[in-house]
Amino acid sequence: MNWAEFFNMGGYAFHVWSSYLIATIILGLNVWLPLRKFRAQQKKIRRTNETTS
Amino acid sequence: MIFQKYAAAKYFYPLAGKCLPWFTWLCVLTLAAGLYLGLFVAPPDYQQGETVRIMFIHVPAAWMSMFIYASMAGAAAIGLVWKIKLTDTFISSAAPIGASFTLLALVTGSLWGKPMWGTWWVWDARLTSELILLFLYLGFMSLQSAIDDPRRAARAGAILVLVGVINLPVIHYSVEWWNTLHQPASVARIDGPRIHSSILIPLLVMMAAFKLFFVSVVLLRMRSEILENEAGSHWLKEQGV
Repeated sequence: MNWAEFFNMGGYAFHVWSSYLIATIILGLNVWLPLRKFRAQQKKIRRTNETTS
Repeated sequence: MIFQKYAAAKYFYPLAGKCLPWFTWLCVLTLAAGLYLGLFVAPPDYQQGETVRIMFIHVPAAWMSMFIYASMAGAAAIGLVWKIKLTDTFISSAAPIGASFTLLALVTGSLWGKPMWGTWWVWDARLTSELILLFLYLGFMSLQSAIDDPRRAARAGAILVLVGVINLPVIHYSVEWWNTLHQPASVARIDGPRIHSSILIPLLVMMAAFKLFFVSVVLLRMRSEILENEAGSHWLKEQGV
């Protein structure tokens, strides 16, 4: 099997790769958004702890 | 009791922090293995050709959509009976992940349905009940944000989740109770799976990867929610974030 054949997916490239792309986007957002929020919270709490102690 | 001790935010927060990297790395490894097996090793189906590779996303996502809802319902029941605050944190952290997997199952099902059934969508019992599951998740999430008092929001949410649990057997048996376009179960059968191991193994590996993904993200979200609720509390100052 060569790469062109692999990407062609037997003529179903659009359906197969769209599925994998959408999965990547949905799962990626599920990691990125909470991680960004969590890091911002950590930073904020560290800052207030430093100023009060 | 040890369970109650770790159900307290003070102990759960660092414990979840310690477990999180392990689950994350296990998830990355299983996901890599599952994608390799699913895209390179599994053979094309004799009827559906290469579109069968959509299944390695679609089926685990659909299983997760139901598994997460069931875990939320279990937590809701425990929370209502024993009044443990951590179960509320779990439920509200799990809901967006469950909604994501439900959406993913619906979209990939649509992308698989178009070439195989000739349509993006039919009002078939399986598809409709899965869509209702998405609305249950979204309904829970909007209910949570609509009620200001966190204790009342948690209670109302738990009751909604428990009422909606009736939809799970409907989804599972929809392919048997009604004459659906969606195919009946091939793996979760009493007489054992009816799929060849070359396809079943990648499917189960992807399933494990999605489960680990859920555990990792739910732990992260729970830690985040604990920080939000407990900001300014003594234990956070003492042990740091």
